Amino acid sequence: MSTSTPAATPAVVLSGITKRFPGVVANSDVHLTVRAGEVHALCGENGAGKSTLMKILYGMQQPDEGTIEVDGKPVRFRSPADAIKAGIGMVHQHFMLADNLTVQENVVLGAESLHGIGGKARKVIQGLAESTGLTVDPGVLVERLGVADRQRVEILKVLYRGAKVIILDEPTAVLVPQEVDELFATLRGMQEQGFTFLFISHKLDEVRAIADSVTVIRRGTTVGTADPKTVSSRQLAEMMVGSELPSPETRESTVTDKVVLLVENLGLVAEEGTRPVLDGIDLVVRSGEVVGIAGVEGNGQTELVETIMGMRKAHHGRVLLGDRDLTKLGTLARREAGIGYVPEDRHRQGLLLTQPLWANRILGYQTRTPVSKGQWLDLPGAKKDTQRIVDEFDVRTPGIDVPAAALSGGNQQKLVVGRELSGDPVLLIASHPTRGVDVGAQALIWDEIKRARARGLAVLLISADLDELIGLSDTIKVMLRGRLVADADPSTVTPEDLGSAMTGAGATSPAVEAVPGAEVEGE
Amino acid sequence: MGILRGKLLPPALAILFSALLCGVALVVSGANPAEAFGAMVSQVGEGTTAVDIINSTGTYYIAALAVAIGFQMNLFNIGVEGQYRVAAVVAAVFGGSFALPPGLHALAIILVAALVGALWAAIPAILKVTRGVNEVISTIMMNGLALGLAAYLIREDVFGELRGNNIRTPEIHESGWVPGISFGASGTVFGLVFLAAALGIGYWVMMNRTRFGFELKASGESSTAAAAGGVSAKKMVLIAMLLSGGIAGLVSMPEILGRDHTYNLNFPAGIGFSGIAIALLGRNHPGGIAFGALLWAFLDKSGLALDNVGVPREIVTIMQGAIVLSVVVAYEVVRRFELAAEQRRVGKELGTVAA
Repeated sequence: MSTSTPAATPAVVLSGITKRFPGVVANSDVHLTVRAGEVHALCGENGAGKSTLMKILYGMQQPDEGTIEVDGKPVRFRSPADAIKAGIGMVHQHFMLADNLTVQENVVLGAESLHGIGGKARKVIQGLAESTGLTVDPGVLVERLGVADRQRVEILKVLYRGAKVIILDEPTAVLVPQEVDELFATLRGMQEQGFTFLFISHKLDEVRAIADSVTVIRRGTTVGTADPKTVSSRQLAEMMVGSELPSPETRESTVTDKVVLLVENLGLVAEEGTRPVLDGIDLVVRSGEVVGIAGVEGNGQTELVETIMGMRKAHHGRVLLGDRDLTKLGTLARREAGIGYVPEDRHRQGLLLTQPLWANRILGYQTRTPVSKGQWLDLPGAKKDTQRIVDEFDVRTPGIDVPAAALSGGNQQKLVVGRELSGDPVLLIASHPTRGVDVGAQALIWDEIKRARARGLAVLLISADLDELIGLSDTIKVMLRGRLVADADPSTVTPEDLGSAMTGAGATSPAVEAVPGAEVEGE
Repeated sequence: MGILRGKLLPPALAILFSALLCGVALVVSGANPAEAFGAMVSQVGEGTTAVDIINSTGTYYIAALAVAIGFQMNLFNIGVEGQYRVAAVVAAVFGGSFALPPGLHALAIILVAALVGALWAAIPAILKVTRGVNEVISTIMMNGLALGLAAYLIREDVFGELRGNNIRTPEIHESGWVPGISFGASGTVFGLVFLAAALGIGYWVMMNRTRFGFELKASGESSTAAAAGGVSAKKMVLIAMLLSGGIAGLVSMPEILGRDHTYNLNFPAGIGFSGIAIALLGRNHPGGIAFGALLWAFLDKSGLALDNVGVPREIVTIMQGAIVLSVVVAYEVVRRFELAAEQRRVGKELGTVAA
């Protein structure tokens, strides 16, 4: 690994970057210094603000406040073209390649003025291809290439445009472990040639393997920068997740022995292949119980929830609500059976943003009173019940006729939680119920979940916020690579114990108990 | 609260802007815009033009409603053109082959037309739901097939008959005719123009008062939120497409049952495509579509007067294109502006200007 000279001018300095979107602050006072020639990792949970920050650096969005310096000179990027001119390139997580064009055509596309589109361009590409480890002929169609080679073509594209600082957005998400190793070897080789990398990831082990320094971002702001050689995965996880909650209050258990949700041997295979996304999931949630699922994001939590909700079709296994087998039912029938669902992304899945609040009250309940009478909507009923939610859940809004998009994130989420606790559900599935909301809304949502639990509601809670999980759950299960690998007792477990179980480092604490039969492949 | 500004300002601006654009086009081609527009307006009072405009509005209105149902959930039924043509031939053959009591006969023909339109639309719908075939492609191809099928069905050795130099289906017996409202020399308004109005009211009720309409709108606004809310995307595609096709099947009914009583070689073409433009113009709103259909019909019929003042009537096509384009742009601009204004307003009312 090359040692960078501390005295040299940093390649990129972001200072005081703030970006507001209507109702949310995506980035707030972000500071980031990337030294020339290093691999700098940017870590944070989904929704922490990594993407917005990178879009700002790449000129796709303009910051409201703050400055960007490249090689010591202040710059203002109005478009990605400006960023490219300053030597910054971005490799997107989702490849932006035309399958039906050749490697050369893909690389040259949009940059024809640099070296033309003929032999000269070809020579430049061949010269650059070596450093990316791409061995195929530039005349080969991209559709013939595998995922790893496509990624190399993406890197080649930014090199061709003269990038010296390369942003890699979750580059390993699409790669198998061997390909990840090859990518890292390529990055080290390029690093020696003087390239600088900004590596975005939430996979801590990978970050520790490749990065020279790590900056952690949480809730839109940078928490700190660490040296991956001295910091542990646990410490990093703690920085990412934060400890903003009061210590979990002790309270009496309301768990009964009445089983509400029973999931048996649930399995799901990825759409694009045969890789199991969910494997042999067994889960029981009882009346009055909150079962928390801990796990680093992308280990199957989303899929588990969507399979239980019937939005994805299980490959095998059963889902029962009480005595009723839901396995073959659709999402609406499962909702009607008594499941409330707070989706992880309220903008994409929870709300109809341009519709008024009362129309959002109907979503998911379009067949039930008080918002509907059979095939007909009950508008007065819907409006009345929306007003009730607004009052009971303290949704700050001038009225129920404003579009949902006009509310702040916390108020939107209070509306969603209020809706999903309406209609007497027996089970609530809450995915990241307090993500991206302000502290006040967070406290209210927690209180409502606790109150509903005391009334006998069964809750399946998925959260990346370990303190939230420990504070609310009666039982915690750890999810890793599509399996439930360990159980933890929230009354004794610490976020550190959970963190190490989540990364597969193995159970180190008596509070975390490996699930028998769930082998964890070592790393 | 800005409803007027949000809903009416954009089309008004757009029409003004496109009139300006056409004025420029007229000046460039050496004509006097004032004279041309004047001729178009005064044409409305001439002969049967006013009645023609109303009849044409009804036809366009039905076509645009058919398109709008699909648009509500981002489903592009480009196949209205083929659906109404096949429905017209089959319904005309059906109606001409026997007689039923008056009223019942016409009703039967209308139902057959709707059914055939729906069936013709069912093919792309099923392809989309089962195989993921893009409905734009398949409905366009179905339009080509419809043209061929209609030509085949009216061959003399199939169902057609030769009259003068025109080939047509056998004439529908008088019991299947739908009487119109006669204005003497000014023409006769088709009775089924009222069917168009009834469809518009039904469409409004469906979109605003029924569960199906809500699910349709939800699917169009956010397919992911609809899925999480228990709306089955496949079911919605199927029903919306069948409904769209069914209404498309009715497009030619006012003309066939009110005037022609047969399907012949002079059958009007292109109404389905105009329907797409009108649905865009009317923003899928029944009132907006009615206005769009009226405007379209006016431009079509009074454009005939342009020849009299030495202006090529093709300028009307330019005008129609310019209107649609500017309306789409104007709505988008106003929509973004409104949303930002709304957020500011909510922030202000709560005293916490959205951070």
